[in-house]
Amino acid sequence: MNIICFAKQVPDPEVPQSSFKVDETANKVLPVQGVAPVINGFDENAIEAALRLKGEHDDTTITVISLGSDHVLDVMKKPLSMGADDLILLQDPAFEDGDAYSIAYALSLAVQKVGEFDLIICGRQASDTDRGQVGTAVAELLGLPCITIGKSVTVEDGKVIVERALQDGTETAEAPLPALVTVSNELGEPRYPTLRGIMQAGRKSPTVWSAGDIEADPAKLGASGRVVDMVRLFIPVVDKECEFIEGENGADAGRKLALKLREVKLI
Amino acid sequence: MANSGTLIIAELNDGKLAGVSREAVAVGVGLSNELGSEISAAVIGTDTQAAASELVAAGAGKVYTIENADLASYQPDAYVQVILALVKKVQPKLILTGQTDVGRDLAPKVAFKLGASLTLDAVDISVEDGKLRATKPVYGGSAQATFESAADLHMAAIRIKAFEPLAADPGRSGSIESFDVSLDPAATKVKVTDVKKQESEGVRLEDAAVVVSGGRGLGGPEPFEQLEDLAKILGGAVGASRAVCDAGWVPASLQIGLTGKTVTPDLYITIGISGASQHMAGCTGAKNIVSINKDKDCNMFKESRFGVTGAWEEVFPAFLEMCRELRGS
Repeated sequence: MNIICFAKQVPDPEVPQSSFKVDETANKVLPVQGVAPVINGFDENAIEAALRLKGEHDDTTITVISLGSDHVLDVMKKPLSMGADDLILLQDPAFEDGDAYSIAYALSLAVQKVGEFDLIICGRQASDTDRGQVGTAVAELLGLPCITIGKSVTVEDGKVIVERALQDGTETAEAPLPALVTVSNELGEPRYPTLRGIMQAGRKSPTVWSAGDIEADPAKLGASGRVVDMVRLFIPVVDKECEFIEGENGADAGRKLALKLREVKLI
Repeated sequence: MANSGTLIIAELNDGKLAGVSREAVAVGVGLSNELGSEISAAVIGTDTQAAASELVAAGAGKVYTIENADLASYQPDAYVQVILALVKKVQPKLILTGQTDVGRDLAPKVAFKLGASLTLDAVDISVEDGKLRATKPVYGGSAQATFESAADLHMAAIRIKAFEPLAADPGRSGSIESFDVSLDPAATKVKVTDVKKQESEGVRLEDAAVVVSGGRGLGGPEPFEQLEDLAKILGGAVGASRAVCDAGWVPASLQIGLTGKTVTPDLYITIGISGASQHMAGCTGAKNIVSINKDKDCNMFKESRFGVTGAWEEVFPAFLEMCRELRGS
């Protein structure tokens, strides 16, 4: 089986809230000094799903494609260290500031250049934009059936079978291959790179493609090809003052908290 | 004929009209001057009449019912075909769904087939200079972004309870008609073969007036029994942060957050939750947040009305017992 995964490099979402700052005139997040970017968590779940399939099916290769403008190689090699086979970086200023349409356009051209595939797996959304659209957009451009929010992905008899995470339960869906599946954290923790994986990844160089390499029409890429423009980025003001309830010890404070809530008629 | 008005893709939950569908109708009505006053809605499934009447009472001028037993539960490609056919007929300027299990899957599928602009998890929608603006949380809820589009057609999936519904008016006039679509089996590639709904005992998390929520600070699954206890005493429901759901301490259906459930209780009690933006995105609508955490500088206290700094093992059992005493149970 040939599996393609998309992996986006994003700012580390685990930085403390107090470090998160926005330049509201430039509509840009101020990068936090000294904190390395990471691979989007849901895309790591996607690579994990692909690796599980590789474990179940002989002759399976996993090709990871990442679209971005400032890839950090140490970060982007992680999928290879986890066990993926090939890494393709789509790098070009023309790809920047896109929306789902223009990003999906570039990714779908890259997929077509990679060639034959059975399954595309990617995260349900990126932890910076939280857009949640690119996977479906790529499926539409490539004419693929699309199943989203998967927590388990299996393949049998030319079909992909996905258990989907619902808010209250599970839905099972299937589609004929080739297909595109997006996955969610309910799939389970992505495996850690092994020492062997890290060494093998160290010997590999990613393939780098520009807009020209994928024969993209510049008018459909990045900022040029987008249908929505981001006109404002801001941090909503929180104007709350916490009243701390104290006591002689923890238990005393706990009791006083309950009494306070009764006093203000919350319980 | 230029596109005009708003089409709401309504949802049924256990046969009843979803609250978010009423909220979406109100959004369309609120944008009548800018987008057109034709507010129509679609209901797909079985026994759609009651929901259709509710949609009229909520402000929809025209409701299309698509009665089909095969579509009683969500079938992605089939629902897409239905909506595409209806859009061709109705020619709206804006299509709305809720940000629900169905909406977050269906909206992108419909939007990309139509070339429409799309914003998911929208918390604000407006029109400026003839362009649609939609605002959504980004960076895990640490910030919000407003997107503007001059596309011919717009779509948005609105966050549950981010918009107020209109007061239900049974006297409102509106028409209900059935809409027939012949589905092309060749175009239905994805098949949903099974749905297992998790039945929750007691109050639904999304509807609870009181939510007691636990996080990583609790250290493991056992303390959640005490949270259940408190929730029972206060007539509420138990929730959890994503970390404890991922760790398998509690079922995933308890997850509150950006990709989990959105809750809007009068009282949201948190124990051992740091208050990362991804979690706050799911409880920002809570009217009063009360927190117990050992870290006095944690973000949760910045969003709380009352707080106790301390080890939960010392604070919470005494808090629980006093609540039990005060409630006379």
